[in-house]
Amino acid sequence: MSSLALSPSVVAVIVGMSLATYATKAGGFWVLSRVTVSERVEAGLEVLPGAIIVSILGPELVNGGPAEWAAGAVVLAVMVRTENVLLALLSGLTAVLALRTVL
Amino acid sequence: MSDSPSHESADTDEPPVEFSLAGVRNGFTEGTPIALGVAGYGIVFGVLARQAGLSVAEAALMSATVLAGAAQVITIELWATPIPAIAVIGTTFIVNLRYVLMGAALRPWFSQLSPLKAYGSIFFTADENWALTMGELRSGSRQGAYLLGSGLAIWVFWVLATVVGALAGSVISDPSTYGLDFVLTAVFIAIAVGLWDGKSNVRPWLTAFVVAVLGAQYLPGRWYILLGGLAGCVVEVARFDE
Repeated sequence: MSSLALSPSVVAVIVGMSLATYATKAGGFWVLSRVTVSERVEAGLEVLPGAIIVSILGPELVNGGPAEWAAGAVVLAVMVRTENVLLALLSGLTAVLALRTVL
Repeated sequence: MSDSPSHESADTDEPPVEFSLAGVRNGFTEGTPIALGVAGYGIVFGVLARQAGLSVAEAALMSATVLAGAAQVITIELWATPIPAIAVIGTTFIVNLRYVLMGAALRPWFSQLSPLKAYGSIFFTADENWALTMGELRSGSRQGAYLLGSGLAIWVFWVLATVVGALAGSVISDPSTYGLDFVLTAVFIAIAVGLWDGKSNVRPWLTAFVVAVLGAQYLPGRWYILLGGLAGCVVEVARFDE
C-alpha cells in the first residue's frame, strides 16, 4: 500500500469520526445554552473517558502474561512519578522486552 | 433580588470580548509548549495507525480533521478489515462526549462572538488548549481568539507528529520485535493516569473493568468497550445523591 493512498471507505469513516467529534464540541456550546444539565449528568459525562479506557485495558491485562503485568506496573509507576508520557512509554517498552526474554 | 441590578452592572462594565490577530498569536505562542507535549502522543498515534493498516495520508487526514487524541487511539484499537464503521464512529462520539461540557463552559465569552468565529474556533478545541484558554479567560482576558491560536499550535504539531510517526511505522515490519504490540496498552495506562481524578473514580472504574472483562468473554466483537464505559457512567450517575 502506498503511503499516500486514500481509500474511499477509510476516508468515509474518518469523515464520520470528524463529524461525530465536531458535534460534541459545538453541541455543548449550542445545546447547553437552551437546556440545563444537572450536576448528576455532568458527573456521569466526566467519568466516561476514564471508564472507556479502563474497559479497553481490563481484558488486555487479563489476557496478558506476567511480562505485560509487570511492564504495565512500570508504566503506571513512571507516569505517576514523572507525568512524562514518552518516558513512561519507553520504560514500559524496555521492561516488556527485557521481561519477555527472561520469563 | 435587591442585589441583582448591581450584579448586572458589574457584568456590563467588562469590556466586550475581542477577536484579533494579536489574540491568535498570543494563544499560539503560549500553546506551543503544551503542543510539543501533545506531539509525543502524535508520534505514537502515527506509528500505531500505520501498524493498523492506515496509509500515512489517511493517518494525517484523521489527525487533521478529527483532532481528538484519546478517541483516535481507541479507534486504532478497533480498526480491522472490513472497518467496523458503526462501532468506530459510535465510540468516537461517546469518548468525546466530555467536549459537550467543555464547549458549554466557553459560553459566557463565545456567545459574544459572531457564529463563524465561535463555531470556527470550537473546531480547534482539544483538552489541553481548552484548559489553557479557560484559565486565560477566567483571569479577565478578553481575547476570544486565544482558543483558536492555542488550538492551531496543537493542530500543527499533532498533524506533523502523526506524519513523522506514520513514516517511522512504515519501516517497522514486525511490531513485537520492538515490543510495539505493548505500546497501545502502555498508552492507555498513561492516559488513565492523566484522567485519574481521585478516590471517587474507584467505583466507576472498577465497574467498567469488571463489565468489560465479562463482556469480552461473552459478547462478539469490541462491544465490551462501550458497555464497560457506559456501566461506569451509570454507576457514577446513580451514586451522585449519596
